[in-house]
This record gives sequence, structure tokens and C-alpha cells, in this order.
Amino acid sequence: MSTPAPPAEAPGSTTAGRLSGFLRSGGVITPVLTALLAFLIGGLVVALTGKNPLTTYQAFYEGTGLSWLLPWTGEREFAAANLQSTLILTTPLILVGFAVAYAFRAGLFNIGGQGQYSVGAIVAVYVGSSLPDLPGVLHILLALLLGALAGGLWAGIAGLLRATVGANEVISTIMLNYIALWIGVYLFGLMGPLQNDTDPSLPISNDIVMDARLPVFWGDAELQGLHVGLFVALAVGIVFWVLLNRSVKGYEARAVGFSPDAAAYGGINVGRTYVTVMVTCGLFAGLAGAIDVLGWQFRVATNDIQGSQIGFLGIAVALLGRNTAVGTMLSALLFGALLQGTNVRNLDPAVFDPALAGNLTTIIQGLVVLFVSADVLVVYLYRLRRRRNREEEAAPPGVAEAAS
Amino acid sequence: MADSRHDGEAAELALELRGITKRFGALKANDAIDFELRRGEIHALLGENGAGKSTLMNVVYGIHQPDAGEILVDGVPVVPKNPRAAMRVGIGMVFQHFMLIPVMTVAENFVLGAEPRTGARLLDEKAATSRVRALSERYGLAVDPHAKVADISVGQQQRVEILRALDRGAQVLVLDEPTAVLTAQETRELFKVLTTLREQGTSIVFISHKLKEILEISDRVTVLRRGRSVGTVVTSEVDEAGLANLMVGREVLLRVEKEAAPRGGGEGLLVSELVVKDDRGLSAVDGASFAVRGGEIVAIAGIDGNGQSELIEAITGLRRVERGTIHVGGRDVTACGAREMLDAGVAHIAEDRQRRGLVLDFTLAENLALREYRAESRFGLLSPKRFVERARKLLAEYDVRGGAPETKARALSGGNQQKVVIAREIDGNPELLVAAQPTRGLDVGAIEFVHRRLVAERDAGRAVLLVSFELEEVFSLADRILVLFEGRITGELPPTVTEEEIGLRMAGGGAAEAA
Repeated sequence: MSTPAPPAEAPGSTTAGRLSGFLRSGGVITPVLTALLAFLIGGLVVALTGKNPLTTYQAFYEGTGLSWLLPWTGEREFAAANLQSTLILTTPLILVGFAVAYAFRAGLFNIGGQGQYSVGAIVAVYVGSSLPDLPGVLHILLALLLGALAGGLWAGIAGLLRATVGANEVISTIMLNYIALWIGVYLFGLMGPLQNDTDPSLPISNDIVMDARLPVFWGDAELQGLHVGLFVALAVGIVFWVLLNRSVKGYEARAVGFSPDAAAYGGINVGRTYVTVMVTCGLFAGLAGAIDVLGWQFRVATNDIQGSQIGFLGIAVALLGRNTAVGTMLSALLFGALLQGTNVRNLDPAVFDPALAGNLTTIIQGLVVLFVSADVLVVYLYRLRRRRNREEEAAPPGVAEAAS
Repeated sequence: MADSRHDGEAAELALELRGITKRFGALKANDAIDFELRRGEIHALLGENGAGKSTLMNVVYGIHQPDAGEILVDGVPVVPKNPRAAMRVGIGMVFQHFMLIPVMTVAENFVLGAEPRTGARLLDEKAATSRVRALSERYGLAVDPHAKVADISVGQQQRVEILRALDRGAQVLVLDEPTAVLTAQETRELFKVLTTLREQGTSIVFISHKLKEILEISDRVTVLRRGRSVGTVVTSEVDEAGLANLMVGREVLLRVEKEAAPRGGGEGLLVSELVVKDDRGLSAVDGASFAVRGGEIVAIAGIDGNGQSELIEAITGLRRVERGTIHVGGRDVTACGAREMLDAGVAHIAEDRQRRGLVLDFTLAENLALREYRAESRFGLLSPKRFVERARKLLAEYDVRGGAPETKARALSGGNQQKVVIAREIDGNPELLVAAQPTRGLDVGAIEFVHRRLVAERDAGRAVLLVSFELEEVFSLADRILVLFEGRITGELPPTVTEEEIGLRMAGGGAAEAA
């Protein structure tokens, strides 16, 4: 810029404008602060239970296996196994994170990641446990594809309802979650049409045939080593980045997200964009469900479907990752590590009560969502401190600086 | 209007600013500005969009802290850390966007933040009401304390804001573009109020970029240009052209020069028997027929709400046509959506550039691509590099200041935002250019730019359809004027028609001899 730019009077003139300014200016620092703050308060909760927060967090950290990445810090074998588990959990979190993030970018709030994930898992387990004669690679691809498509269709319903009759996607995706849940319970429950063929007393699906399981590339396949689904998620990460930042569809989605009116004026069909965005989100979440089933669960029990929280974690993942491709993947790793680190089997009761550890995950997850929603507050506090520092540094203001 | 009471330097200064400097990052929004407000004067603060007027007054009101400089109220240096502190020293400010709560009554809004309480710590309704009454009588500003804010007019809401500031003890009243939201009638009433306040000794800072109003109401004018004070003049000693020159820094043509319309342009726009419904399902456009040929500017004049918005939305494909036809360049486009209309060569300078014309959180490069992004894509992928190259070219060509291709549109001033919209729309080489209120909220420099561009497009043989509520703009730009009344074209007038004549037509009179 060669000319002295005239200052804009518009931004900052309204409260909303100032807030969105804050949000956008936070960059990398805010999510990091948000996470730190959540862990800090989580530590207070630990202290309230009478345990030492530092040793507890230390134990969590060891449980994540992240120390494997720093080989000089000691023991490797357990760390490797733990890291494999962390990454197994990270894989679907990346994908459901995208499912929420992409919707956010288009101005939609996809609460339905859970239902889309479940539908994907149900279809994948059906496909993966039948057709035993299909060659392995084809079988895997087919199960992944159909699982993803099922999720896409599921989410597409919410998009279609939004586009045609204006039904709020928050409500419709929540409802679709319940529908998916009870369909799953019906299918695999006692006397259900897809209940397993061997033990009629177990409300569980058939097992995925051996050929259709995702290959394990690190660790022992018998002991839940790391499967290739991680690479699928990473590849989808690249796809997501391109989709969002470099594609016509992503441009339209972002335009609609920022301003539906301006998008319509620019010739973008807003309703159609809602549908395609939701379908895309569902593809991500459905794929997550399929990968989990083919990668390490190998079967679906009714209480898996009822107990799964992964779709909801996806909301926290996307929020903390600021709905960007890289951010979402990093925050998926954080939550994957958190889930694994607080896993019951890793904890010494002397350090922290394992029964409470899972709850701590939920608390930290909740705090993250809370702080991200109150992101503005975090940035504000951060700014305030910086300003105060600056003021202290600055000499007492002179009456007038010589006009240049 | 300047009166002689202030003659002689005896008049004290209610507010004095010395060398106020305010930076936003690398940007000097205010650069060593001096400003003097005498007691009991109306002092206008004039400048283009982005000249630093609002910033300066936000510093006075404690919203921004100055990087350098001094603020003196009644000769005493003060440092307003926040609006509350500014109020304490007698500075009140009324913003463009009112800070009123629509669902509460005038009285309730009035006492917000300083609620009188009864013994039981409940809001003392009676005290609140009587406080409003007392003030409204004292200043001769009629407001109904029991009316809900949502139900009263914008002008009345503004009065409530002014009264509230006075109630908080404001000796210095800052009004930020107070007329931007008012009708002509309301503006006149506001001026009466301001005159009364001046007589009662209140000192008023009147921020505006409307020259006529400043000449009418103010005693003195301080002109800001790009963050610096260009000087202060006594209003009675200047005229419109003089102020415009001070403000823009060069000669400004207040009225665009144009040659006679060239003949033999393209077919342009043909609208026949058009019926369009509004959101309530009523026929807002009700059988309108007209044509705009290539090489002419046809203005639609009319009072707001006679079907202008719906007509434009139909022509740009944003609203469904009930009956009738629309042809552009000889093609029937009646059933086309927004995208097909764009492709058929309809360019649209939208009425509301912040809501429709621009995606404010997109970069300028992305905004400039809003028409053409599909054509420039390959395999569904965009080329950001080409976006940026194109944006760089257009930003230079259309003299957009204050932004690089990567700047968010939100960061630009109104005039520059409008230049971005115009650059995009005209660069698409349209058959028909629909300009809806293209100069709303712009300062004279930007208005001149927009007018010139519109005339240039006409001279290039394009059909230009102008919809404007500014009669002056209609007169100076149009080759033909169509009067729109209750959804119908009720007359065609030449641009030489008198204001009275057209006013009568717009109100539905004289329709018998409609063309």
C-alpha cells in the first residue's frame, strides 16, 4: 500500500463487529490459551478430590504414549502401545471434527455427527460382516464407501429440511441422532434382524470378516495395533483443506456461511449449498464410523451405539480447531490423547481414582466448549494484559508528538 | 445561520483538543488534530468516510485512548478512560446506531444504568416517567415516556438518546452522523431541536459529510482529511463547493457532466406487465412496463416502498416473477435465477452493499471474484493466485484505497466498499447495469466517482437502470425519469422537470396524463 490508507470507521462501531474482530484476530494463541485454561480448571477439580494435579496430569501424559515421540525420556514399549491407542482414537475424531467444522463454515451447526457416525458404523458392519467371498481390498473399500454414503444421506436429510422448509438443522440433527440410535438398537438388539448368528443372548452384530479388517501397520494386530485408517483420516485432511480453501464448493459454502444474502446475490443457490454441505459433513462422519468398525471394533453392540460420545466430542474438536483443517487435526490429537490418557486401565489408583478419570475428560471437554464459546473473553483478557504491559513500558505521553 | 453572539474571543471554550493523535496499528487515524468547541455553538466536523471524524469523537468520549494529545473541558485537562468518565465531565454522545432496548419503554430506557428505586429496590416507574417529562418540557422535545421504543419512529428514538445524554449532565453533545437515519422531515425537526439546545447553552459537535446540512445548521466547520485537520472555517463565509474542495482536497464536480445520450445502443432491458409479490404476498410490483435501451440511463423515481426493491429483485433474479416478462438483450429471462441473470449480463449494484453487495468477511480478492469464480475454476478448483492478480488490477483501476487483495472487505470505508462492488459489476461487461441507491451513505468524493462511472457505462452503450431516492441524483444522471407509484409506472418525465412536478407525480398526483 503506497497511499496512506484512510482508517475504516465501520469496524468496531458495533458490538458484534468488535467481537468478531476479536475472534478473527486471536490466531493460534486463543485455542492454546483456551486449552490451557481448561486444563488449569480441570487441575483444580483434581485438587478438590484430594489428589495432586501435577502427578495426575503426569500420569495422564504417560498414558497417552506421547512420550514415545521423545525417545530419551525412557520406556518405549508401553509408550508405543499407548500411542497406538491414542492415534486410533484420534482418527475418527479428526473426521467427525471435519463434519462439524465444514458445517460451521457454511453457517450450519451440525450436532448430528453422532448419528451420522452411528449410521456409518451400522452400514459398515453390515457390509463388512456379510459378503465373505469378496476380495479383501474391495470389501474394505466397499464398506468404507457405503458407510460414508450412509452418513452423507443421513446428514443430507437435515440439509434438505433446512433448504426446503427452513427447519433448523440443530433440531433436526439432534432428532436424527436419536433415530439413528434406536435404529441401531433395534437392528442389533435381541431378536433384531441383524443380531449375530451365533449367540442369541448377546445384543451385538456379526463380526467383520477377517479379510475386511483394516491392516495394522504398527504394533500387534491382536493387541489393537494402529490400523491404516489414520492415513485415510490424514488424506481426508488434505481433501478438506483443498475443499475449503481452493474449491468452488468451499468458496460457495464460506460465502453462504458469512452472508447468505450476499451469496444469493452472487448467484449462489443457498439452499442447494446447505444440502451439499450437510451431505459432505455426513460423508466425513459416516467414514469415521466405518473406519472404527473396520479398524478395531469389528462389531457393533447396542450399548456401543448408546454409549458413544464421539460425535459430540467432534463439536469440541472443531471449535478448538477453529474449523480449519490443520487446527481440527491438532485438536483431534489433543482429545484423542486425553481420552487415552484418562483411560481406566492406565491409571494407578494411588495417583488418581480411575473411576473418576473418565469424568475428568468430560469436564475438560465441557470446559473447552465453554471457553471456546467464551473465546471472546479469553482474547479480551489476553489483550488487556498486553495493553497493560505496553502502557507500563510507554513513557508518560507527551502533550504532542511533532507532526510528521 | 451563524449568529453574532459568539463574536469576540470572550466566548469560552467548552471543549478543546490539542494535538490528538490516534494510531490503529500502522494507521494514523488522527494525526495531531486541534479542535475548539465554543460554548453554545454548533460546530460541524466534516470529512470523507474514513477521514477520522468518528475516531476523534470516540477519543473524546473515552472509547479510544489517544496516543498523544490533550483534551480540555472548560479549560481543565481531562483523560476520559471510558464513556462513563466522559459523561462525568459533561460529554454526551449520540451514535448512529442507537443504544436503546426496543422492547422497553422510553422511560425505562431513559433511566437505564441509573435506575431510580423505590424502597423495595424495585424500579421506580413514576420517578422515571417524571424525569422524562421534566426534561422533555425543559428542552421542548416531545416524547411519550410510556411508548415502547420499538413502536416509535427513528427520529423519536434519536430524541430519547439526546434527552438521555442531557439527563446525564451533558454540556457538550456529540452527534455522530445524526441525519443518516432520518427522513427529510425528521431532519428538519432535529435541526429545530439543535437550535433550541444551542440557545440554552449546550455546545454541539455535529459529525456529517452532508454539505447542505452543515451549511444549514452549523456555526463553524472543522474539516478533516485523511486523519488531519485541514482547518476551521466560519460557516457563513463558505459555500458548498468551497467545503467540498476542502474535504476532498481538489476540485469536485457536484453535478456530473454528461453529453447527450449516444444513439443506437443494444436492446437493453424490456419489462412488460410485470407483477411481483412482496414477502407478505401482496403485489408490490403490479403491472409495470418499461424499457431501458443501451446507451441511456433511466431513473426510477418514487417514494420508498412503492415496489422499488421488489422490481430490482425480480430483474436480478432474486425474486420470483408472478406474471409478465423480462427480456435482457432480447432474451427472455423471466424465469431465470440470480446465477442465470448474471450470466445473461445483468450487473447489480445492490442497495445494501454490506448485506448483499459484499461478503464482508471475504477478502477483496474473493469478493471481486463473486461473479466470475466459476468461470475461472478448473475441475472444481479455484485459483487464488488468479483471484489476487485480478483484484490487484481492479483495485488500482478503480482507485480503491485502504486495502490490498488480501484485506477483508469489512476493513474498508463505505466509499471504498462501494468501489469494490462497482469494479466487480462493471468488469463483468454487462448488458444491463442495475444501480440501486448507488451513492447512499457516500461522501462527495465517492459520489462523484460513482456518478462518473455510471455515465461512462452509459457512454459505452450499456443500459443503466438507476433507482434512487435522491432527486438530485436522478436529475443529474437520468436521460429519462420513470415515476413508480404503487407498483406501476405512472409517468415518464424528462430530467428537466421541476422538483415540484415530480414530487406531485411521486405522491400519485397527475397520473391522468401518464405516458
